[in-house]
Amino acid sequence: MSANGAAKVEPAPKLIVRDLAVFYDGKKAVGPVSLDIVGQHVTALIGPSGCGKSTFLRSLNRMNELIAGCRVEGSVRLDGDPIYGPGIDPVAVRRRIGMVFQRSNPFPKSIQENVAYGLRIGGVKDAQEIAGRVELALTQAALWEEVRDRLNDSALGLSGGQQQRLCIARALAVEPEVLLMDEPASALDPIATAHIEELINELSANYTVVIVTHNMQQAARVADYTAFFYLGELVEFDRTDVIFTKPSNSRTEDYITGRFG
Amino acid sequence: MTAGAATVPASDRAALTANRTRRNFVADGAMAIASGAALLIVLTILAVILFDIIRHGAPRLSIAFLTEAPRNGMTEGGIFPAIIGMLEMVILMTLAGVPVGVATAIYLHEYASPISPVTRAIRIAVANLAGVPSIVFGLFGLGFFVQFLGAGIDKAFFHGEKVLGQPALIWAALTMAVLTLPVVIVATEEALRAVPRELREASLALGATQFQTVIHVAVPQASPGILTGTILAVSRGAGEVAPILFTGAAYFLPQLPKHLSSQFMSPSYHVYVLSTQSPDVDATQPILYATVLVLLLLTFALNVAAVVVRSRMRRRYAGATA
Repeated sequence: MSANGAAKVEPAPKLIVRDLAVFYDGKKAVGPVSLDIVGQHVTALIGPSGCGKSTFLRSLNRMNELIAGCRVEGSVRLDGDPIYGPGIDPVAVRRRIGMVFQRSNPFPKSIQENVAYGLRIGGVKDAQEIAGRVELALTQAALWEEVRDRLNDSALGLSGGQQQRLCIARALAVEPEVLLMDEPASALDPIATAHIEELINELSANYTVVIVTHNMQQAARVADYTAFFYLGELVEFDRTDVIFTKPSNSRTEDYITGRFG
Repeated sequence: MTAGAATVPASDRAALTANRTRRNFVADGAMAIASGAALLIVLTILAVILFDIIRHGAPRLSIAFLTEAPRNGMTEGGIFPAIIGMLEMVILMTLAGVPVGVATAIYLHEYASPISPVTRAIRIAVANLAGVPSIVFGLFGLGFFVQFLGAGIDKAFFHGEKVLGQPALIWAALTMAVLTLPVVIVATEEALRAVPRELREASLALGATQFQTVIHVAVPQASPGILTGTILAVSRGAGEVAPILFTGAAYFLPQLPKHLSSQFMSPSYHVYVLSTQSPDVDATQPILYATVLVLLLLTFALNVAAVVVRSRMRRRYAGATA
């Protein structure tokens, strides 16, 4: 883990968030939030339930606008490209910024077809290329060895932890630059959770990962950077070791030490 | 609640509880008796109808009855042409109506804004369409399909010769398709509504467009519901008389319908003809009952098929929401 590498040079931000605010039916739910997310590192968003961390996450790949009555203000730039604005296609944004959800949600299709879904809708037709990229994605998600002999079985027959890794493989298959994860291990047992956390560490070598978690130990274990949200505001954002050892805000400290939340 | 209860003395609380229990007990008992009686009435009526039809109809039922044409002024023979006519009509009806109904439901549920006045107007129109008496559909079919469309086509392509400007299989099927549209639309919309949001989000988060999500995720997931709606529409279409009365059904035909412009016989209309126009009531009565029995069995079989299809496909997709 690179969280304790204090002497490390700060890399360029992958996502630059400026004054991002999210409204539901005119009522402000989050923001305004300004934050830089560093490339090829893991950033955790923590905070008590209802603090807006999931809403913030979903506004990073424009999933919020699927909810009726939701409005987003401010700007998000991915490598300098704005993801909000007239003429910007949310479909193109989501191809570059993938997402894994809290509850594993495999399609009622075979394991192979689940992972191939994003490729097929993206226009990849060559069967050999699809097979190769499915294997690669499943390998990256540490699932290949377990499912290689039953790629044509239904994905719904997998265990909960396997299903979630399948969903990660499905997201990786389209080769996004950023992977958003919304409490990806909250519905899993400790062993499956450990699998996922190990996986997140490995993924950060190639991907920029933003993970929402309500498990502070998880944030401490997997994240290089941590943002603490409270009541829709970003309270503090720093390297994880700083947040967990010497937070500058008293509310962060109260939350970290378990005084509320 | 608990805070309020704590201020009431213990003795009063006990009395209140006892009182409510007694009252609930009486209400429960009365409700149970009333609903039980209602159920009994319904079952009795159903049993009497079934018993009567089976008693009179079953002896006349045979393979020959299903494979022969009526003879001798319909006092002998079977109902083969009527069964074939109905099948042809129902297939055409399904081909014409189901795609339109499914597309309408997809538009209403996936694309239209749920709060727009247009969407609400369409929904009200669909609900009203379901409430229109079937004879009105029959008259609409005669006026619109036969006399307007059919006669127009004749004038344009057949130099005024009567080909499609008269009651025909195609017009009856289209009329019935309009009649069964609400069934398909409502069933499809219901099925689309039941598609888990997680699956749609999974698809969209992979960079799928709304259209791709509808085609590859929502519609396959909703297909058991769509199929059930289709079968129910077919079952309804098989039994209706009024819509085909003026638009294509024939009293008697010496040959099977071969063209879209042919007229056709149908078991439901056959029942009406046998019971009102028979030259020999005693001779036709067993045939009448046997026809009713066939119609009933067909409808029953279709309804059972709808239930089986639904439960089978639901099992296939069961894990998706669990």
